[in-house]
Amino acid sequence: MNKIVTRRSLTPEITLFEVEAPRIARRWKPGQFLIVRPTPESERIPLTIVDGSAERGTITMVVQAIGKTTKVLAMLGEEESISDLVGPLGEPATIHHAGRVLTVGGGVGVAELLPVARAFRQAGNHVTAICGARSVKHIILDEELHSAADEVLWSTDDGSNGFRGNVVDLMRTWYDEENGPKLAHVIGPIPMMRAAAGLTQEWGVPTFASLNPVMIDGTGMCGGCRVTVGGRVRFACVEGPEFDAHQVDFDELAHRNRAYGEFERRALDGHECRIGLNGCAV
Amino acid sequence: MGETRPKRNPKAPRQELPVLDPKLRATTPREVALGFTTEQAGIEALRCLNCKDAPCVDACPLHIDIKSFIYRMVSGDYHGAFEKISEQSPFPGVCGRVCQHELFCEDACLLGRKLDPVAIGSLERFAADYHRQFASDGHWKLPKPTGPRVALVGSGPASLIAAFDLVRKNYRVTIFEALHELGGVLAYGIPPFRLPREILNAEIERLKEMGVEFETNFIVGRTATVQELFDEGFEAIFIGTGAGLPWMLNIPGENLIGVYTANEFLTRINLMRAYEEGADTPVRVGKRTVVIGGGNSAMDAARWAKRLGSETTILFRRGRKELRARLEEIEHAEEEGIHFSFLAAPVRLFGDENGCVREMECIRMELGEPDSSGRPAPVPVPGSEYRIPVDTVVAAIGQAPNPTLQRATPQLITNRGKIVVTETGQTNLPMVFAGGDVVRGGSTVILAMRDGRAAAEAIHQALSSKQEPADTTLEVRQ
Repeated sequence: MNKIVTRRSLTPEITLFEVEAPRIARRWKPGQFLIVRPTPESERIPLTIVDGSAERGTITMVVQAIGKTTKVLAMLGEEESISDLVGPLGEPATIHHAGRVLTVGGGVGVAELLPVARAFRQAGNHVTAICGARSVKHIILDEELHSAADEVLWSTDDGSNGFRGNVVDLMRTWYDEENGPKLAHVIGPIPMMRAAAGLTQEWGVPTFASLNPVMIDGTGMCGGCRVTVGGRVRFACVEGPEFDAHQVDFDELAHRNRAYGEFERRALDGHECRIGLNGCAV
Repeated sequence: MGETRPKRNPKAPRQELPVLDPKLRATTPREVALGFTTEQAGIEALRCLNCKDAPCVDACPLHIDIKSFIYRMVSGDYHGAFEKISEQSPFPGVCGRVCQHELFCEDACLLGRKLDPVAIGSLERFAADYHRQFASDGHWKLPKPTGPRVALVGSGPASLIAAFDLVRKNYRVTIFEALHELGGVLAYGIPPFRLPREILNAEIERLKEMGVEFETNFIVGRTATVQELFDEGFEAIFIGTGAGLPWMLNIPGENLIGVYTANEFLTRINLMRAYEEGADTPVRVGKRTVVIGGGNSAMDAARWAKRLGSETTILFRRGRKELRARLEEIEHAEEEGIHFSFLAAPVRLFGDENGCVREMECIRMELGEPDSSGRPAPVPVPGSEYRIPVDTVVAAIGQAPNPTLQRATPQLITNRGKIVVTETGQTNLPMVFAGGDVVRGGSTVILAMRDGRAAAEAIHQALSSKQEPADTTLEVRQ
């Protein structure tokens, strides 16, 4: 059981939790993740570690309430406990001094980008964070990003903040061949990562993507998280979650992540009926 | 004169273990084997010859005093039988169900030379079930242990028996488990229709009563390193992390939706209870399931698929004789209507536009010369390819040791992922021991327990010899 110390709504769908986990707080590195089970009935889901404080004995995670498990998690309050939490899992992100580094995040991936951007800057890089949100209301952690990166640029679908369009369009506009990045790191929805990786490949910029496949144990036992990278099958939980973005088979990943779509919709309907969210008769 | 003991009757037929009707059990997660009736237990116990140098006791990897426990059962002293087993093992409920008795005690039974051997496994199970039903809780309590601290990594069979041995010798024992539930492969791998969870949990509970501590959600090598455990005061560490790295088919299409490793399939169902209506964790079981492999995991996966309503086939590249599962599981699978397709192997998988598996191409095999496993090597028959429709594929073709701890402990010597140990389970690192599948690759519950017991003894030797100087001084003072 891990107690929730702080709960903060970032948007109606995205919630930040600071949770007691002293051992993980001591050992975590940017790019690593947790397996979380909000209640004793819940699924095990992977969530990226957004921050951690060895002094406070806490770690921070950000969850977007889209399926039943994430919605159940998002409804937990301060002083309540998360049933199971294990980590830190996966290999840390590749952080080194490259000069100029571009970090790209979309949706809740922006939160996951934060520790990576900060680590690149601490390694002496000039860090640009290009982030995407649906509209100004969906922008999260802007202040934290500004303290982590040298340059923060937002794109919104409706143009209500910053660039109008998606992050990949913004990347194109931002790109300056003379002064381009030497390394890029992308995290977010699969279509975004695929498009961003396609663009950095055109630029010839080595790029890492932090992948988000379905997982159960998170220790290499089940193989549910397997992804094809450069024609080879890799287990994202132990060999990733970060891989060479130019080698990842994103189509396959997108398919595999939809494997349980129907089950999730059913679970969610049942859940929302029970808690009366969608007003359907029980 | 007291009552006379009933007369030995070795010629009575070996009692058959009653089982649920195959039609009923294909629809339920309820336990298949029902266990002996009291009458059957009495008849079976009387079949035992009570041999002078009972070979069954030597053959048992845990050296349970089989002869004596059966002797007590003869007079109806089932609690006494249970106590007798408990001298060596606190897991008769588990072992009575999952141990391969036919390879050990029952293989050694002298009665088996002329007649059927005594059904030792079923008697062990009877003693356990009888005791659990009628005994009160809380009688396992030991004085709080005060000795050196020992960390056992992984809560599977190897660590569980090591904990039992060590806590009885006054060691302060902590078991670290990566998952949220205890039992390792007993919890995520073995289906409840073979090992009901209340039996597993009751036997683990007994260790808790004895003073063994458990920490779930703790991955040694991730949450803390081996060195950190030593720094925190543990004086010896046993690694029993099991075989948690599944082998893949390495054929085109294996990443299609609906293709599972046995580990994932069984974990979703056994551990995450995907079989329960309304469970949060889903599993995709379509109309037609093909399970590839011939071991216990293959039987378990196939029997689950059948229970979840799928037409199920086990595809095995050798013949029935070469199956590696317990005989009882093979027979149960056959009774339940699982189809076996021998001498065939998958070549490739085909999917639909959504990336879901739809068809499997197979090739016929024939048996050639024995390979390194001693079994005849399967050889593909050229031109014999054929296709079958399929919605769910489970690859149950074996696994390598879980690499997590090894990766975080690079100084630990391994051979193809398996931790290298001496006979007593000592690794190349001081005070670090290992046993079970992390040493053997894929093996059995009972051999893991044998390793755990050997390592516990080695840990005791190492720690008590370390303490010896202090003890001697005390003696001199007296």
